[in-house]
Order: sequence, then structure tokens, then C-alpha cells
Amino acid sequence: MEFHKDILKIDAEKVCDNICKQIRSQLKNDMHKPGAVVGISGGIASSVVAALCVKALGANRVFGLMLPEKDSADESKSLAEVLADHFGFDTELESIYKGCEGLGVYAKRDEAIKQVFPDYKPSWKSKIITPTNLLEKETFNFFTVVVETDSGEIREKRLPLKPYLQIVAATNYKQRLRMTTLYYHAEKRNWAVIGTGNKDEHMQGFFVKYGDGGTDLKPIAHLYKIQVFQLAEYLGVPKEIINRIPTTDTYSSEVTQEEFFYGLDFYRMDMLWHAMENNVPKEKAAEVLDLTVEQVERAFYNIQRKITATEYLRMEPLEIKG
Amino acid sequence: MDKDTLKKEIRDFIVDTFLFGEGADSFTDSDSFMQNGIVDSTGILEVTGFIEEKFDFSIENEEMTPINLDSVNNLVAFISKKVNA
Repeated sequence: MEFHKDILKIDAEKVCDNICKQIRSQLKNDMHKPGAVVGISGGIASSVVAALCVKALGANRVFGLMLPEKDSADESKSLAEVLADHFGFDTELESIYKGCEGLGVYAKRDEAIKQVFPDYKPSWKSKIITPTNLLEKETFNFFTVVVETDSGEIREKRLPLKPYLQIVAATNYKQRLRMTTLYYHAEKRNWAVIGTGNKDEHMQGFFVKYGDGGTDLKPIAHLYKIQVFQLAEYLGVPKEIINRIPTTDTYSSEVTQEEFFYGLDFYRMDMLWHAMENNVPKEKAAEVLDLTVEQVERAFYNIQRKITATEYLRMEPLEIKG
Repeated sequence: MDKDTLKKEIRDFIVDTFLFGEGADSFTDSDSFMQNGIVDSTGILEVTGFIEEKFDFSIENEEMTPINLDSVNNLVAFISKKVNA
């Protein structure tokens, strides 16, 4: 099996043409929806998807929606505006903050954090992270809550089950509110909602079921994250978006996708995953990536465990067989 | 608590919590919970919560590893070591 440092390099023009052809065909023939609504966050994935939709359908058939809430970075909005200006599609900003507030998203999350830090105050910043040493040690993907007090003191503690589940459940409201808002704007135009998840997010379960996973079409779900970067370059996505470090943009403290979920930089994770999927010998993968065989084994185990553990997220509702 | 009793406590917890009380003979004491689809990463938090409460000690982050937690035998060895530390 061939495996080298550039194995995930794509012919961006060819990949782009194929995706655009299928976007046009699926919207026209399968869904009968003459346009695309995309949630734009100023991140690389949503920017690439919006750019692909513009290329496939024309800017007049693409609508970008910015959906910030209290914990969104200001940069998300400004970068989304840069993107829309660059590709010439219409946008609207619809804050989901009041919706989140009304549903008690922040109060429910804060209540859960208080179970871990009883003196926690809503004015403190917070985030949850996973271990980022997965190559060094075989470890479970537990979550740690990190808070920053008003005086700037950083404290962290591993999350027990109940507060962990409550924080995740409360936070997932945000993505689900975004989904319902996207569908409002899509339905009033009779257009489709386009998903922005890549292969890493889709297969390892870094999405919210019926939240950002609730879409009509997933045009980049087959591409590794590092291939999404290659498409971004080809499509001419503005540099400030390409150079932005991918974050969750969901917690009040900034948290990168690497520390929140993946535990590994995108290049090595994607290369290791490709090696695993294609039965590349561990020794070969280790040699190309300058790792030990044990590190490769740990990465394979971690990636496989995430894929298996998140199968539920990708499942359609099950029916009783009569 | 002797090792056999400890093993039974753990088995009962795993079977009751993750297998709806059925299929106690579907895994051996050395089978990986994760690799056999009995427990996922969220389930491991349930296991750690049970152990911390039942045996009254804290599990450190660096102890959150398969070698300590991912089978009945691993749990028995880990708990014994912690309790006797």
C-alpha cells in the first residue's frame, strides 16, 4: 500500500468540479430546491461549503446566515462578512442569544459547572477539553472543565458523568437552535440547508445530532480536514479565514478543536486515519510520520474508538421490524 | 473486600448498568469493555463514578487508562492497588 507524506494531496480542481456537479444535481433532481442556505461561522469548513455552493449554483442562489450567541467570538461575525463580500452572496445576522437565554441554556450549563466548582460565577469564562497527549499515552477521552475566574485564575477539574452530560446537553441546544433557524430561512425560500461537516467531524462524531448534523446535503463529509484546507486555497477563501485556528466557538473561553475533541493535530490525525483505513502497515505509517509503532497503535485505537462510540450520532431513527 | 467479592460487585454493576441485567456470561473477566461494545467512553465515566463512590477514592487523570479500567480484571487490580495504597 502506497503511503507517503503527500498521500492526502488532492487535485483540488477535479474534487471541486465533482462536488459542484453533485450539489447541482442533488438540489435540482433529488430535492427540487433551487438554492442553498449555509450557516457561516467564519471558520474554514463553512467558508469552503459556501464557496462551493456559489461555484455550483451562482451567488444569487446562496444565502449565508450568521447565528451568533453570547459565547461566540466577535471574529466569527467579521470573518463571515469578509467571506460573503468576497464571494458576493447575501447574508443575514440572526442572533440565537435570546433563544438560548429563553431555553435556559446558560443557566443549565452554569448549574452543571457549579456541581464541580461550587463558587463558579456566570461571569467566569469556561470551556471543556479532552487530553491532547493521545500519542504519548493510551487514555480514555474524558473531559475536563476549565474555568477562568474574574481575577484571571485558571482552575480545572475532570468532569464526572452527570455534570459532563448536562454541560454537553445544554451546549448542544445552541447547534439545534441554529439548525431550526437555518431551516426557517431555507423553507421560506424553498431552498435546502447545506451541511458544513468534513470527514473528521462526521465520522469521529464531532457534531450535534439534529444540530449541525441536521442538514439536507453534506458536500464535504468525505474530505479530511487537511483536504478542506486545500480546497479553501483553490477556491480562494480569504487568507484570514484559512489562517484562523479552528475552534468550537461554543464556549466562553476559546477552545481549539484539537484540545476540545481530536487530541492531535489535523495533519497527523488525518494521515494516521488514512493509514488505518487503508491497512497501511503500522511500521510504514510510523516511518513516514516520524512516530513510533506504539504511537501509531495508540492513534489507531483512539480514532477507531471514536468512530465506534459515535455510531449512534450517524444513525437514522430505528424502526421496529414487523 | 476479597477479590472474588470485588469481581462480583464489578460484574453486577456492568451487567445491570450497561446490559439491562442480561448477558452476564457474554464477556469474560479479561474482555475489553470498549472493544466488545459493552461500554463506550461516556460509559467509562459511569464506571469511574461508581468506583469513586463505592470505594471512596479519587481516580486521577493519568489513571484514566484502559489498563486500569477496561475489563473486570483490570478494575479489580486497579481498585485493589488503590485501596491498599
